[in-house]
Amino acid sequence: MDVMSIVIAAAVIGAVGILAAVLLGIASEKFKVEVDPKEEAVREVLPGNNCGGCGYPGCDGLAAAIAKGEAKPDACPVGGPEVAEKIAQIVGGEVSATKKVAYVKCAGNCEKAKDAYQYVGPQDCRIASNSPGAGPKACSYGCMGYGSCVKACQFGAISIIDGIAVVDKDKCKSCGMCVAACPRNIIEMVPYDAGAKVQCNSKDFGKDVKAACSVGCIGCGICAKNCPEGAITVEGFLAKVDYSKCTGCGTCKEKCPVKVIE
Amino acid sequence: MKFTFKGGIHPYEGKELTEDKDVKEYLPKGDMVYPLSQHIGAPAKPVVKKGDRVLVGQLIAEAGGFVSANIHSSVSGTVKVIENRLTSSGSKVNSIVIENDGQFEEADFATNAISKPLNELTKEEILEAIKSAGVVGMGGAGFPTHVKLSPKEPDKIDTIIVNASECEPYLTSDYRRIIDEADKVIGGLEIVLTMFPGAKGIIGIEDNKPKAIKLLKEKLAGRTDIIVNALKTKYPEGAERQLIYANTGRYINSNMLPADAGCIVHNVDTVYAIYEAVREGRPLIDRLVTVSGDAITEPTNFVVRMGTSYKELIEAAGGFKGTPDKVIAGGPMMGKAIYELDLPATKSSSAILCMSKDEVAEYEPSACIRCGRCVDVCPGRVMPNALANAVERDDMDTFMSLNGMECCECGCCSYICPAKRHLTQTIAGARKLVLASRKK
Repeated sequence: MDVMSIVIAAAVIGAVGILAAVLLGIASEKFKVEVDPKEEAVREVLPGNNCGGCGYPGCDGLAAAIAKGEAKPDACPVGGPEVAEKIAQIVGGEVSATKKVAYVKCAGNCEKAKDAYQYVGPQDCRIASNSPGAGPKACSYGCMGYGSCVKACQFGAISIIDGIAVVDKDKCKSCGMCVAACPRNIIEMVPYDAGAKVQCNSKDFGKDVKAACSVGCIGCGICAKNCPEGAITVEGFLAKVDYSKCTGCGTCKEKCPVKVIE
Repeated sequence: MKFTFKGGIHPYEGKELTEDKDVKEYLPKGDMVYPLSQHIGAPAKPVVKKGDRVLVGQLIAEAGGFVSANIHSSVSGTVKVIENRLTSSGSKVNSIVIENDGQFEEADFATNAISKPLNELTKEEILEAIKSAGVVGMGGAGFPTHVKLSPKEPDKIDTIIVNASECEPYLTSDYRRIIDEADKVIGGLEIVLTMFPGAKGIIGIEDNKPKAIKLLKEKLAGRTDIIVNALKTKYPEGAERQLIYANTGRYINSNMLPADAGCIVHNVDTVYAIYEAVREGRPLIDRLVTVSGDAITEPTNFVVRMGTSYKELIEAAGGFKGTPDKVIAGGPMMGKAIYELDLPATKSSSAILCMSKDEVAEYEPSACIRCGRCVDVCPGRVMPNALANAVERDDMDTFMSLNGMECCECGCCSYICPAKRHLTQTIAGARKLVLASRKK
């Protein structure tokens, strides 16, 4: 083989390379996209899971929205208060300090809650909820335990224990994907250190609740009467805690006849 | 016309259990329950209150909107309570409960009868009679008939199809209705035809009912306005879209109504109810219900008054033979399994089937072997295997791009699947999610 042809080829390619590099260099200066330095700084602080829990398309989307002022500094549910504080330092603004975690409002496990019938079909809550009575569980408000929330959680914080979903509150990043996945809307975001949580979602009349489950809230209202802070209300036969008023004194837990408050 | 459609299956028919037996009238003994939502659309509004005395055929709840239907008492007695009661759909529905006094004292509804000859009947008269009688589609969905008969462009309707195919296994109530009351069925169709001048009447009936076809052809000999089409026996021949295709060659998709193809489809029992409403002024208070299956002592067709408990009907059919493993409200393919027997018969209850063996629960589903049989049998022309895969991995975009909404939930794919996958159930679940998200 002729040595010259190799040299010529190398020289031509090299020349084209240098020319292209110069052109690209000029173009990158000339057509530069202005990026808000704030946005880059915010993006650095965000966790980078791209979970979508904030409602924006990934962490980049949220960073842009925060930099423009469309979203609040504490909009990232995964980062929690620390991240929110760092972002607040970059863009200014206030942060609400409480960390929230997902909480499954049902204690009706295999032993305590009855099944109305034997279900045969796909092991998925959203499909099972189309079967008669909105699922095989006698209580039409309780956790069915087929794990649609487990699939939705990207952080491995939910597991099915004894037929009901249980959230590990230390692993929970409060992205809220499980809340949207549950067909029965049992999962609620509660403060990390909530003093009293009602472990039931049944809006049925007390007698019907009792027939379906031994640990259901019967709506007797004893907790509401005894709460010194007036933080508990009973709506539609179901006790509801106002977490901003609750001090965690524990009176309701003691007084509850079915021990549904934890 | 080939009188058939693409796909479909041939399940065991089980019709021999009841088809040659006389229909028995069952007079209820216990309390009657009338759910206020027995039809598609707004729930009816009660017009009686606790303690009122009512007679057979008396209005107890009136339509709660245009797409809604009146409900009448089917017994005489007193209103006991209005409360939530469990229905065969598995959910609790606000219902009127009437304590039956066993007298069956009738309200005077015969005065509403219109005895004019056919050509003098006006459209408004007919619609009013149907509406006040509370007639709804009795094939299963329960769509109010007066709404179906008021299409947006009435001039475009050129075919009225009576669905007598009764493709669901075990069910013979429509067949018995034709054998026993062919004149009234034809009469009902004639009344509907007077509303749409120029339209042709078709009675579509599967060819596994030769006696009924022969009877209808004899009655309609020499007539050109109503024809009888003997359709190929295949499930789901009686599904609305498939029936229209088999009878007219027109194809509609899930976004269209039969009226878009110039058709209106009625069930046999519905046209019978139209006849009774117009000619006898009789409200819709009873229907034929097939009580059958291998766990029933004496499978029978009953004339059942709405509101009668399923429990009483099963007792009337001789009770259970052994212990039933599964009880189904409706046909075995599209009906719903029930877990409680004290449920009221409603306007859309076609059958109660009691099976000694739950054949679905017997097999564990396994992985798809890609044989494509579900695609072969699907009358909706979709790919059930691919749809179910998409749902399982939560990929609703793929589900929509594969036209998942064209599924009519007939159950052919689950029936044929050698891997026993829960195809219909999975796709039906996804369809409900899509429909629910559209409503939002």
